[in-house]
Amino acid sequence: MWTWFFRLASPPHLYALAGKLSLWFLIPAFGLLAVGTWGGLVLAPPDYQQGDAFRIIYVHVPSAYLSMMIYVTMAVAGAIGLIWRMKLAHAVAASCAPIGASFTFATLVTGAVWGKPMWGTYWDWDPRLTSELILLFLYFGYMGLRSAYEDINQADRASAILALAGVANVPIIHFSVIWWASLHQGPTLSKLEAPSISWDMLWPLLAMILAFTLYFFGVLALRVRGEVLAREFQSRWAQDVLRGTSTAGGK
Amino acid sequence: MLAGAGLTLWRGTTCLFEDLSFRLPVASALLIEGPNGAGKTTLLRVIAGLTQPESGHVTWQGSGFRQQVQSGRLRLAFSGHSPGLKPELSTRENLRFFAQLAGLPARVSDILEATGLDSCADLDVRLLSAGQKRRAALARVLLSAADLWLLDEPQTNLDTAGRRFLEQALGTHLANGGTAVVAAHQSLDFGAAPVTRLALGS
Amino acid sequence: MAVNVDTGARTRDAATEPALGLLALFWVILARDLRVGLRRWTDASNSALFFILVVTLFPLALSPKAEQLRMIAPGVLWIAALLATLLSLQLLFRSDLEDGTLEQLLTLPYPLGWMLLAKTLAHWMITGIPVVLMAPVLAITYHLPATALAVLTLSLLLGTPTLSLLGSIGAALTAGLRGAGVLLVFIVAPLMLPVLILGARATDLALAGEDPTGPLYLLGALLVLAVSLAPIVAAGAIRVSAD
Repeated sequence: MWTWFFRLASPPHLYALAGKLSLWFLIPAFGLLAVGTWGGLVLAPPDYQQGDAFRIIYVHVPSAYLSMMIYVTMAVAGAIGLIWRMKLAHAVAASCAPIGASFTFATLVTGAVWGKPMWGTYWDWDPRLTSELILLFLYFGYMGLRSAYEDINQADRASAILALAGVANVPIIHFSVIWWASLHQGPTLSKLEAPSISWDMLWPLLAMILAFTLYFFGVLALRVRGEVLAREFQSRWAQDVLRGTSTAGGK
Repeated sequence: MLAGAGLTLWRGTTCLFEDLSFRLPVASALLIEGPNGAGKTTLLRVIAGLTQPESGHVTWQGSGFRQQVQSGRLRLAFSGHSPGLKPELSTRENLRFFAQLAGLPARVSDILEATGLDSCADLDVRLLSAGQKRRAALARVLLSAADLWLLDEPQTNLDTAGRRFLEQALGTHLANGGTAVVAAHQSLDFGAAPVTRLALGS
Repeated sequence: MAVNVDTGARTRDAATEPALGLLALFWVILARDLRVGLRRWTDASNSALFFILVVTLFPLALSPKAEQLRMIAPGVLWIAALLATLLSLQLLFRSDLEDGTLEQLLTLPYPLGWMLLAKTLAHWMITGIPVVLMAPVLAITYHLPATALAVLTLSLLLGTPTLSLLGSIGAALTAGLRGAGVLLVFIVAPLMLPVLILGARATDLALAGEDPTGPLYLLGALLVLAVSLAPIVAAGAIRVSAD
């Protein structure tokens, strides 16, 4: 029953599969993006408190959700690599990191942009944004550790351990930052709360979250292809692919 | 019986060894030979469990090597490139630490005398010459009362007397039923014990 | 010289227990690391001096007015302690990796995590305890009243071992890397944030005359968590570094 799982450990098989999957993810992703953007920017009514400024949640919230989801994915992939010694699981983890960091950065930027009309300033040490900033540091630490190791196996194992240590700490860090903020900002925990949300405003948000998630998996599939090729470039199947003589699936 | 099966290891884009297997009965020696950079040290470290191979495993008496060491059934003495001694402590203090870890009464003075280190026993290790440090590392191996010796270029920096001492120690160890794996680019005299030779980098 | 030494190779039939009990092992490792650390006292004093330096810089850069100093004291002293710990972590495993003593530990029949716990404790005793002792003295120059002083010291006593333990994970991950000082800081600092927040906050509460026991209990809980989990993670990381 688990053969499909362990067949993923074969590089050429994963390469071909990822190629097919990327299209299956990206096409619906762009479709949903279009739908969600239309719904959020045009169809949804302006919020009575924030006016049109709230519309940034259609980028901000999906980015935030993905920044955290990708970190967990990275840690799980690393754990699979450590426990079952699957090197390709490490390749997946390595591919996740820059995507996750980008989404984290996007969350911070959109949060700052949202902050200007809300608080009058770009940065107000809001607890959620501060946690996101720490998450960005965690991503940088992960990528920095990876690149500091010359041997790829050591890099894989060390960064997997770091990701697991990070994942265990993220809840603790998050709660301590929220607690810290509550001491200084009074009862309203985050001024970036989404406005009281009606269905007109909600469905585009859900569409965008789904769109971003599919986009992530599509881009991840593409990155994993590149990562696998780079790691295995000396093998026969990889040489075939690079020379264009491959009969395997995918582009 | 020390056995390795299907050991493969790559360093970057170079394959050091692929699908390498060996069997070494107890009370015999394995000599890993080869030019510099052939992977002798790496293979030794793979056997010791310090370096993870791509594939393959090492067993002692049929069971996994790492488990045998962790459970205390296999006592190991590893001597790598570095002497494995704290430079800030004296030779005596270093050896006493290892004697304590081995749970043995302090045979430290005997060992110091036997290896010719009693004159510098209370000097900090950082003040010793390269040859003296190598002898101190050998003293550490002798202290551990180990079943299996894993030695990486043990004759480096040793003078003729030191080399003879090393060969005698190896011979006695093997004669007493111990096993040894030695990585060296020069040959050693193991006495009467059977020697298996493994050449890398050919 | 003749080899008249019994090399001790035994007849191997019975399974044998490792030679030392866990407590004795802990003590042996702790004693040696303390001895080494005290011989390298210049390294050890670096972090203590750094602590003093940072604490001295703030009044010079801001203002020596009593009310202002009192307000920033908890944060400044805690940040200084955190920075001093980060500085001292560099030497936790690196020298052991370089002189080959770390890989000796890996070939022993003893649990690596337990041995690393002993090493981290030795490290904290040499670099952390001076900070805990100096903090109240320096806090007086910040005009902290007595109760806040006591809570500050207690929070540091509970918090600095946790910082050392969390730091040992980063030190283990970067031990074999060249020039990895900044990377170590990056990896470890986010993990240390909760301790910083709790410690500074506890002192703040005491300063305001409120009850600081909540954060102090949480600091204790984090310490227990760190003691049980950090050595295991560090052990895994050491095996990677020593590869």
